[in-house]
Amino acid sequence: MATATPTQAAPAQRIAAGQKTVTFEIWRGEKGKGEFRAYDAEVSEGMVVLDVIHKIQAEQAPDLAARWNCKAGKCGSCSAEINGMPKLMCMTRLNSLPIDKPVRVEPMKTFPSIRDLVTDVSWNFEVKKKIKKFQPRAPDAPDGTWRMRQADADRVQEFRKCIECFLCQDVCHVLRDHHLHDRFIGPRFFVYSAALEMQPLDTADRLADLRLRDGIGYCNITKCCTKVCPEEIHITDNAIIPLKERVVDEFFDPLGKLFRRFRGE
Amino acid sequence: MPDYQTHEYDVLVIGAGGAGLRAAVEASAAGVRVGLICKSLLGKAHTVMAEGGMAAAMGNVDDRDNWRVHFADTMRGGQYMNNSAMAEIHAKEAPARVRELEAWGALFDRTPDGRILQRNFGGHRYPRLAHVGDRTGLELIRTLQDHTIHQGIEVHMECTVLDLLTDAGRMAGAFAYDRERGRFRLFRAPAVVLATGGVGRAFKITSNSWEYTGDGQSLAYRAGAALMDMEFVQFHPTGMIWPPSVRGILVTEGVRGEGGVLRNSEGRRFMFDDIPENYRSQTADNEEEGWRYTQGDKNARRPPELLTRDHVARCIRREVREGRGSPHGGVFLDIAWIKSRVSGGAGHIRRKLPSMYHQFKQLADIDITETPMEVGPTTHYIMGGIRVDAETQMSDVPGLFAAGECAAGLHGANRLGGNSLSDLVVFGKRAGEYAAAYAKANGAPQVNPDQVDEIGARALEPFNRASGPNPYDIQHQLQDVMQDLVGIVRRQEEMQEALERIDGLKLCAAQVAVPGNREYNPGWHTALDLRNLLTVSEAIALSAIERKESRGAHFREDYPEKSAAAAKFNLTIRQAADGSMALGHQPVVPLTGEQKQIIEEMK
Ligand code: SF4
Ligand code: SF4
Ligand code: FES
Repeated sequence: MATATPTQAAPAQRIAAGQKTVTFEIWRGEKGKGEFRAYDAEVSEGMVVLDVIHKIQAEQAPDLAARWNCKAGKCGSCSAEINGMPKLMCMTRLNSLPIDKPVRVEPMKTFPSIRDLVTDVSWNFEVKKKIKKFQPRAPDAPDGTWRMRQADADRVQEFRKCIECFLCQDVCHVLRDHHLHDRFIGPRFFVYSAALEMQPLDTADRLADLRLRDGIGYCNITKCCTKVCPEEIHITDNAIIPLKERVVDEFFDPLGKLFRRFRGE
Repeated sequence: MPDYQTHEYDVLVIGAGGAGLRAAVEASAAGVRVGLICKSLLGKAHTVMAEGGMAAAMGNVDDRDNWRVHFADTMRGGQYMNNSAMAEIHAKEAPARVRELEAWGALFDRTPDGRILQRNFGGHRYPRLAHVGDRTGLELIRTLQDHTIHQGIEVHMECTVLDLLTDAGRMAGAFAYDRERGRFRLFRAPAVVLATGGVGRAFKITSNSWEYTGDGQSLAYRAGAALMDMEFVQFHPTGMIWPPSVRGILVTEGVRGEGGVLRNSEGRRFMFDDIPENYRSQTADNEEEGWRYTQGDKNARRPPELLTRDHVARCIRREVREGRGSPHGGVFLDIAWIKSRVSGGAGHIRRKLPSMYHQFKQLADIDITETPMEVGPTTHYIMGGIRVDAETQMSDVPGLFAAGECAAGLHGANRLGGNSLSDLVVFGKRAGEYAAAYAKANGAPQVNPDQVDEIGARALEPFNRASGPNPYDIQHQLQDVMQDLVGIVRRQEEMQEALERIDGLKLCAAQVAVPGNREYNPGWHTALDLRNLLTVSEAIALSAIERKESRGAHFREDYPEKSAAAAKFNLTIRQAADGSMALGHQPVVPLTGEQKQIIEEMK
């Protein structure tokens, strides 16, 4: 979940049966140069931040740039920082925010600004191209199909839930603060690599790349990525740590690897 | 004279959902240069929203299934208005298209013996939908996307086509703008594949994303192609209805497939009250049998909740109109009740329907393992679209192909759930294959610079006006018109009124003014989408007026019965020489002897 609080402890802000005005401070500008501008919007029960953005576009600022597609948390287009927290605008309900104060909406900071809430995320698409593609083993059955147990698929299916919102990339300090974009692929692509490495049918080996080119060593397991993932993927525990172990086994502890293999791990 | 950048391809694919990606993969495998244009970022297309699964008669769960049964089910669902040749190709080729996805990395749910698991769905006689929990569309698009990026296909993201270009009646390419800079792009290509999806944004309550503004249908229409079956718009019976801001978001049919039941405010399973004659022999007549069916009992018949979508949607509407609806004007969809029947209760529901659990929890504060959902119909899909050749997917315009939702024919008067994802890959592949072959056989066409200038100048007009109507307003007004007057239940006078209002909105749309500049300006994008939205809305209303009967998804209050005469033709729409919209009748594609026999056997 995106909020740091583990439970819904804070009482939800009730939006009264009628309407209420909320102030939104939205970052407006181009290529990193700009400012927050305040907009007052009438809100009603059940609204999410993206509804307010649409309302402001329709009524006050037709050229306010924002990305969205599904409005259902499924496409990962509407990523932004809401009161400083990386979130999907379409899944952030107003009653989860302190709306008696202005709500700040700004673009993801880790990616270059294009305009208003829209950032240039093309780096992510380039990174993905470099990762070795899926290479299945020969089919198991004469009809060209494979067999696998659901239990083996489960682990990878968790990673395949990723909607490529890049919120984890946004929050990771290696990219956000240290800008190591040329040496570190970021949590999203560790999830992607893990999905390939643990795919029961896959035969390619990505461990050397992960260690040398993709910079898995830079991750110091702060778990910030896991906390913001809207799909609740256990990015660190289930993807990054097992990949790090595989890298260690492969390059620094071949005996341990053998040992673990005997124990069937 | 507008400035533009030029790109040259053999095959240009417009749209990067399931159909567009599959077409691009196939065309590039044929060794031609392929360009792919997407209106959003790669991997965000509406395909990600598909939940239930992909229909393919692989027979992994029930070995009585085969292409003949799938064909018969598709035709019955489409009320025999389908292009039967497409229905046959689809039923035969879907299994291979699913298996190939597995070879490209898709991870479907498994049977106990390790094969691809298949689930029950409305209108399919046997468990037929290959699926991944309730996020099958995401798996499909990600698999194709990740495969595509290693194929040497050039992808143009956040790029919207303004118009297609023609050279003496054949395809010559497309003229487009990119969202980021607002610059124009000229794409020269002898073969173009349209895979732009649907029209849901013409309606107020819809499960569709913002991209669904009827682009492909309108582009093809303006380029001279015929549209067909535009009156057949599917309203999915179960959309969220509360809170208002989530109205329309889809609640997958998978909920009913897993044993979810529909009840009215009196707690009655009203779907048992009205089972259509042609489905009676396949439908359970008691709750126990229906439950056993959802749990995989091969001898049980399906519960009436899994009847076709049009029927379920109308039953829900009836309950609401007769005062037996839920507090917010829908009915109850209850999956929580199955806790008394399965081990692991709540956990079982969360595992089977993770996205639904998540969606209701987050957007409506409802735990579906405890509380019934409130649901009602939402505009979901258009069966009609660009008329294409069954084998090649080519439209009437040489070099112009179409696949997926923007093409017509496979689904007839109503689409079965699960037949959309399979449609995308079966006909996406064919469109890519034949587009590549066409490009190889036909030389580079000429682009007419006057045509390009005109398109560019028109696109910039909204900036030249000091004042004028707001494009968002016009879009909202159109959505009200279509929702209220050409929606789930239709009447002659109301649709006539809709046509008049659409005419008025056309005049307004020609006067819109947009502030700001060309860079990532959604007001401008909305203004440019209006033309397409108005074109498809008019086509839907005109066709719906002309079809004076009720069939499949098209329901006329003033003509509530099917008409034998109307069963004989599909309706077509073309642009007449004077620029007006012209309706035509075309005989329904006749069944082959074998097809007739199959349908008879499976009655
Ligand atoms: S756990 Fe690693 S990848 Fe995730 S945010 Fe921290 S440093 Fe980045
Ligand atoms: S791993 Fe989670 S946070 Fe990262 S891109 Fe995927 S869905 Fe978004
Ligand atoms: S709009 Fe699709 S995730 Fe928010």
